[in-house]
Amino acid sequence: MEIYATLIAITESGLRLSVPLIFACLAGLWSERSGVVDIGLEGKMLAAAFAAAAAASATNSAVIGLAAGIIASVGFALIHGFAAISQRGNQIVSGVAINMLAAGLTALVGNAWYAQGGRTPPLEGDARFQPLTWPGAEIIDQIPVIGPLYAHILSGHSALAYCALIATILSGFVLARTRFGLRLRAVGENPAAVDTAGVSVTKLRYAAVIIAGVLCGFGGAYLSLGQAAGFLTNMTAGKGFIALAALIFAKWRAWPAFWTCLLFGLLDAVAIRLQGVVVPGIGQIPVQAIQALPYLMTVVLLAGFIGKAIPPKASGLPYVKER
Amino acid sequence: MAGQAPAISLSSIDKRFGEVRANKDVNLTVARGSVHGIVGENGAGKSTLMSILYGFYEADRGEIRINGNLVRIRSPKEAIANGIGMVHQHFMLVEPLSVIENVMLGAEGGAMLAKGEAKMRAALAKLSADYGLAIDPDAIVGELPVGLQQRVEILKALVRGAEILILDEPTAVLTPDEAEQLFALLHALAGQGKTIVLITHKLHEIMAVTDHVSVMRRGEMVATLETAATSPAELADRMVGRHVLLDVSKGPAHPGAVRLTVENLVIRDAHGSLKVKNINFSLRAGEILGLAGVAGNGQSELLEALAGIIQPTLGRILLDGDDLALTAPTPADRRTHGVLHIPEDRQRMGLVSAFSAAESMILGFQSEVAFGSGPMLSTEAVRAHTETQMEAYDIRPRDPSLKTSKFSGGNQQKIVLAREIEHHPKVLLVGQPTRGVDVGAIEFIHKRLIALRDAGVAILLVSVELDEIMSLSDRIIVMCGGVITGERTPETTNDRDLGLLMAGVTERAA
Repeated sequence: MEIYATLIAITESGLRLSVPLIFACLAGLWSERSGVVDIGLEGKMLAAAFAAAAAASATNSAVIGLAAGIIASVGFALIHGFAAISQRGNQIVSGVAINMLAAGLTALVGNAWYAQGGRTPPLEGDARFQPLTWPGAEIIDQIPVIGPLYAHILSGHSALAYCALIATILSGFVLARTRFGLRLRAVGENPAAVDTAGVSVTKLRYAAVIIAGVLCGFGGAYLSLGQAAGFLTNMTAGKGFIALAALIFAKWRAWPAFWTCLLFGLLDAVAIRLQGVVVPGIGQIPVQAIQALPYLMTVVLLAGFIGKAIPPKASGLPYVKER
Repeated sequence: MAGQAPAISLSSIDKRFGEVRANKDVNLTVARGSVHGIVGENGAGKSTLMSILYGFYEADRGEIRINGNLVRIRSPKEAIANGIGMVHQHFMLVEPLSVIENVMLGAEGGAMLAKGEAKMRAALAKLSADYGLAIDPDAIVGELPVGLQQRVEILKALVRGAEILILDEPTAVLTPDEAEQLFALLHALAGQGKTIVLITHKLHEIMAVTDHVSVMRRGEMVATLETAATSPAELADRMVGRHVLLDVSKGPAHPGAVRLTVENLVIRDAHGSLKVKNINFSLRAGEILGLAGVAGNGQSELLEALAGIIQPTLGRILLDGDDLALTAPTPADRRTHGVLHIPEDRQRMGLVSAFSAAESMILGFQSEVAFGSGPMLSTEAVRAHTETQMEAYDIRPRDPSLKTSKFSGGNQQKIVLAREIEHHPKVLLVGQPTRGVDVGAIEFIHKRLIALRDAGVAILLVSVELDEIMSLSDRIIVMCGGVITGERTPETTNDRDLGLLMAGVTERAA
């Protein structure tokens, strides 16, 4: 039973760790399916995390914090959109610029406003998204085997975690079943086809970039208002990049993206759990080796197990009318 | 039908791109229910004119009337609303999507796809029945053969209620059989009162399918003729503005010793799929061997293997009896052994478009003593060499320092031609020598190739243009699906026979 309890604990922690990945991965999915490569997921999440924490600490409202996070992230997304879509600039350069800008600005402004080494003041109560406990969770928890599943896996996450699930359902549905989704899938593959069909390539791509901004806003707010209690310098710690790897792994599809991010979250949880553990015959595994696990997995899986991952054909290419 | 307004009436259309006037005071009238051809050399302004009609560009000046009504067409959307549909030379299809999704794109009929999809399926079924345009609506477009992809493009236009259908070089990618099917369809559509505008540079197509033909030259509309009252020769002369010899005059070949022998050649591409499946042929000095086939049937891979760019999986290539894999494995070695190559895609393999003409002129031969000493290039020597070549091959403008990309297709091709021919080939591998080249330059290139043959060079000519194959070759082999489906001589074959071989039909071949 102790092993089972451990498994439940790891899964629970894995779920929590995967939430920001899911948001970022879906953000990347929207952006890249429209033909705009977005390596600025990291920066957008970081900006959102800071803005959310700052607004929540000022207003003592998590919802206002979330709104601020979304606004900040969409702001950065629009900068990327302007550079990549309107100015037809290099999308990688623009994404890198956003990452650097976000990392620098959040640390600088955080220090200037709060003078706590880049942190925002700790948040509590209504300024955070508290875990939602489902009805009867404590009682059901007593039931062997399935009880903990309900109490710890289904119940007990912050509202934003459930939003990640909803975002996946919505993304999958909108892409597959709606007019907007069809046009968006088309524009990432052959923008000229969309243009000749009388649909604006620019508008579609801006819409996608803004959706990516909103999703990164949720991801960032989750980090500072759900997972942690306030903003820490560079608290995204590469999650935006892991999300990009997950996106390739998932071949740019919504549900596979969801499952991939869950897998990466679980690996992360396992890595945390294994720190300091002595494995028989090997000894203590270095922390760094464990932390590298998700990345190693990514490389190994990408190299051999998922077949060829073909990105949207027009992704990364600015659209210029020919002739 | 007297007094009925024409389907399309363009008057005094002017369009300028920077310094270039792409359309100068162009007038065009197209009668409803007719098939109207537009011919002209590359850069004559045909595509610009049609892009204006389809709303890609707005004319600087001029009027567009559709069915007699003055309209402004500022976007493809407005063109579609005016009943204009266009089938582009490079299909405007989204390959990973299904046929039905491609057809629906931009005409979904509501925010949710489900409802519009049912209607669209019904509309497709009706069109299929009316015109014999059968297609599986759930097939993935990228997996369809080119002929069917084009059908999807036509269906896209018809489903949107197009009354005027513009086709830009529609037969460039089709087999002769597929092209005939397309022409039958165009006639059927015209019979139903639809108006067809056909842009092409193939004069025999104009003669076969159109009712009227308009000729453009350097942005101007120089003539509109009744097809029945004109001839390919007259059209060619009007396109170029001087007398052009369409038929290449050549004497009989005097084939000498066997130069190049290909034995049991098998080629796999980078993805491991079989592109060339065990082919054998030989090429003699002083003959032109034409290799016909629809693009993508292994000709490109064969050419690249002969030139040493890719390695064959199995089989041998012999030059004068020596195995080239041993004596000259790389493209550079082949060049020094007298196997020279005019690649199919000059932009990608033949030239560096950002280089000056002088630099492009010595590509691959830059280490020759004549062009400098040691690691240093002598700019003067290269320049002087280029000037001589430009004179000899009539490359215009005669400016060695002009960027390669600034030359027209025909002049770029002449740069490649001059460079390779000047190095005394024993064997000349020629891929699509006149693709995207204007009529005047085609004449020049063809004459050169004949002269080389008469001088004893062994020439392998790979072309998708049957006319070119028929008029230049002394012998013809046809490839389909990586195998040689037949060998002919121009005297004993015709377009139809070759077309069957290109489609892989061998049993009926005589």
